[in-house]
Amino acid sequence: MSAAKSIKYDEMLDEDGSVRPAYADFRNWYDSQDKAWLKRQDAEAERFFRRIGITFNVYGDDAAEERLIPFDMIPRIITAREWRKLTRGIEQRVRALNAFLQDLYHRQEIIRSGRLPIQALRNNEAFLTQMIGFTPPGAVYTHIVGIDLVRTGPDDFMVLEDNARTPSGVSYMLENRETMMAMFPELFTKIPVRPVSDYPRRLARSLRACAPPAFKGSKRPVVAVLTPGIYNSAYFEHAFLADQMGAELVEGSDLRVVDGRVAMRTTCGYQAVDVIYRRVDDDFLDPLSFNKNSVLGVAGIMDVYRAGGITIANAPGTGIADDKAIYSYMPEIVEFYTGEKPILNNVPTWRCSEPDSLAYVLDNLKDLVVKEVHGSGGYGMLIGPTSSKKELAAFEEKLRARPENYIAQPTLSLSTVPIFTKEGLAPRHVDLRPFVLVSPDGIDITPGGLTRVALKKGSLVVNSSQGGGTKDSWVLDE
Amino acid sequence: MLGRAAYGVYWMARYLERAENTARLIDVGFHLALTRGDKASQDEEWKSVLTTTGQLGAYEAAHKEMTGPQVFNFLLRDKENPASVLRMVEAARTNARVVRTSITNEVWEATNDGWMTLSEILSRPVRESNLGEVLTAIRGQATLVRGAMGGSMLRNDVFNFARIGTFIERADNTARILDVKYYVLLPSVAWVGSSLDNAQWDTLLRSVAGSRAYSWLNAGSMDPRDIARFMILDGQFPRSLVFCFEKIRSNMAGLAKQYGHETGAHELLRNVGARLHQTTIEEIFEVGLHEFLQDFIGKTNLIGDAIAADYRFIE
Repeated sequence: MSAAKSIKYDEMLDEDGSVRPAYADFRNWYDSQDKAWLKRQDAEAERFFRRIGITFNVYGDDAAEERLIPFDMIPRIITAREWRKLTRGIEQRVRALNAFLQDLYHRQEIIRSGRLPIQALRNNEAFLTQMIGFTPPGAVYTHIVGIDLVRTGPDDFMVLEDNARTPSGVSYMLENRETMMAMFPELFTKIPVRPVSDYPRRLARSLRACAPPAFKGSKRPVVAVLTPGIYNSAYFEHAFLADQMGAELVEGSDLRVVDGRVAMRTTCGYQAVDVIYRRVDDDFLDPLSFNKNSVLGVAGIMDVYRAGGITIANAPGTGIADDKAIYSYMPEIVEFYTGEKPILNNVPTWRCSEPDSLAYVLDNLKDLVVKEVHGSGGYGMLIGPTSSKKELAAFEEKLRARPENYIAQPTLSLSTVPIFTKEGLAPRHVDLRPFVLVSPDGIDITPGGLTRVALKKGSLVVNSSQGGGTKDSWVLDE
Repeated sequence: MLGRAAYGVYWMARYLERAENTARLIDVGFHLALTRGDKASQDEEWKSVLTTTGQLGAYEAAHKEMTGPQVFNFLLRDKENPASVLRMVEAARTNARVVRTSITNEVWEATNDGWMTLSEILSRPVRESNLGEVLTAIRGQATLVRGAMGGSMLRNDVFNFARIGTFIERADNTARILDVKYYVLLPSVAWVGSSLDNAQWDTLLRSVAGSRAYSWLNAGSMDPRDIARFMILDGQFPRSLVFCFEKIRSNMAGLAKQYGHETGAHELLRNVGARLHQTTIEEIFEVGLHEFLQDFIGKTNLIGDAIAADYRFIE
């Protein structure tokens, strides 16, 4: 494997600088617009977002309690053909993730077969012993999944990360589209873009289909969204989704176990909840089963869950499937459970726990991206090519001290998509997070997803917590 | 609806109402202070504004002197003062965020817009020269939110809890204003019934936005007893105690209808409301206006507490 390939792929322009077919209509429109007007629209977009209150809180940043994720108004465009292939790959991967979880918490065939070393589970906090031997309603573990994809060439989409716990960002997908339609309505009459606005309805339907069998009968199952509260970085999204689904937005203090059910305190007494879409981490879900100091969860919810009284989405313990140590085994996992070759590839990954790999990583540190196995949000990672000698040396020590805590990947040359700047269009690196819903009725993928974009020239870090922005993502109709 | 959400809309409405009333009191205080020549009576005026808003103690703990700009900056934008307009607008907006799923986008946007505008305006010290502008903006925000509620919300429990919050707060504020001001304006009880300096009495009416309404109803004659009657018993005046109670009653009836049953708070409200409706201004003065108002403020508090308990605002 060679690190740092230098082929550059721009999604709008080909090698000769001509506009690719996917962007042709958009580019025609763009070229005919008054640039001063576009600049005003660009400024307007930020005001629009602030007014409707789409903000996120950045941890460790007291001065700016609420910040906006910058929005770039140039859409990222995916063709119908590209999307077809992606959906097949995503569906295969999500099926495998669910089968994998079901197996891990039951017979562990994959470990018996020798495809996954038992070490991957040992000392892994994401593996919850409380879930062993229990099957969630409908055998669905990951009701909502976000698959992070990166692209390096015309047909080269790769999975960078699976988000099987509580993927966030879907509200940005919806609001970005809403904003684009408000700013440039004529674009949508000219170009056939597949809609995303029915996501909340699909989510509600999918969650209701996952209700415990005992409560799926005559009346419509009651769905509630559990949020840690207004100081959580994704509170806006929790409120947004609850609102759009017509579900109650509850906090731990609104819930308690009453007569064997989890119930919410309404103005008329306690009302039972059938499905809880929780945006609270496993550890805080139930002080009786997990972190006993948690005030964000519900005491006793795990007992109700195990007795079939409620559906928890996503199921506790799904984090084991998106752990970065497990990630490197995903090709084997997909093959083991689906009997097929993976349609979507992984990014090549070195497990630093393996001596040969560690040696390679240490020798090539300056060309690699090194990630903490349990980290998320771009924290605690090293990007070799942009790090100083001092930073590299410091990281090398960490690697030697706890190699099993790290994986390494080549610095990929992520595809670029233009963003709008004062000087005109400029290419920036992007990724894509499509959102996937799973229920006994099937797998449902909303066309598009959230495109995150590194706004700084040359930067490869797209995380919003590290200065990335977002774009509207278009999937063209056939 | 969640008990916590009911609590949120109720307090959101109360904070907005209180912020608006504080702005109006400052307006009147400023006006009076301007028309009074000597420092001592100016101080007295600001002191009464602080007393009415219940913040005299907090102010005196933080400041040695009593100057107009110091007082109105304390009331408008002091971050350490939880009852400053800035903090209340923030609190209203925080509550709106908590109940974001219960209110309409229009109401959320009006509240959020108002918060953005006012935090910007109140980020700098307010001077006498721009005080008027600031106060207009505060009143304007409250009006916008109320308008958004009226124009976009379902007439259901969420709306009723918000309205109950508005009128409980307003009834309390009108009673306080009347209680504090009346005796500042009236040197002795013996003066009740006589005609006094019109300009001074007019300010009392202006602090409840009732000056023109009163003049219209009374052909311009200023009589302390009539003014008290107007502020307490006039069923047409939207800031009178009777009017507020009538609104609380009808919103509480809306809750009973939607939920199919009444609660203890309904019973309590009925008792207090009946007494208010049956009384006359003569009887009130017989008991003593101050005693009557103190009793009213206490009862209104009890009703608020009963609503919070009956509808499970908190665990």
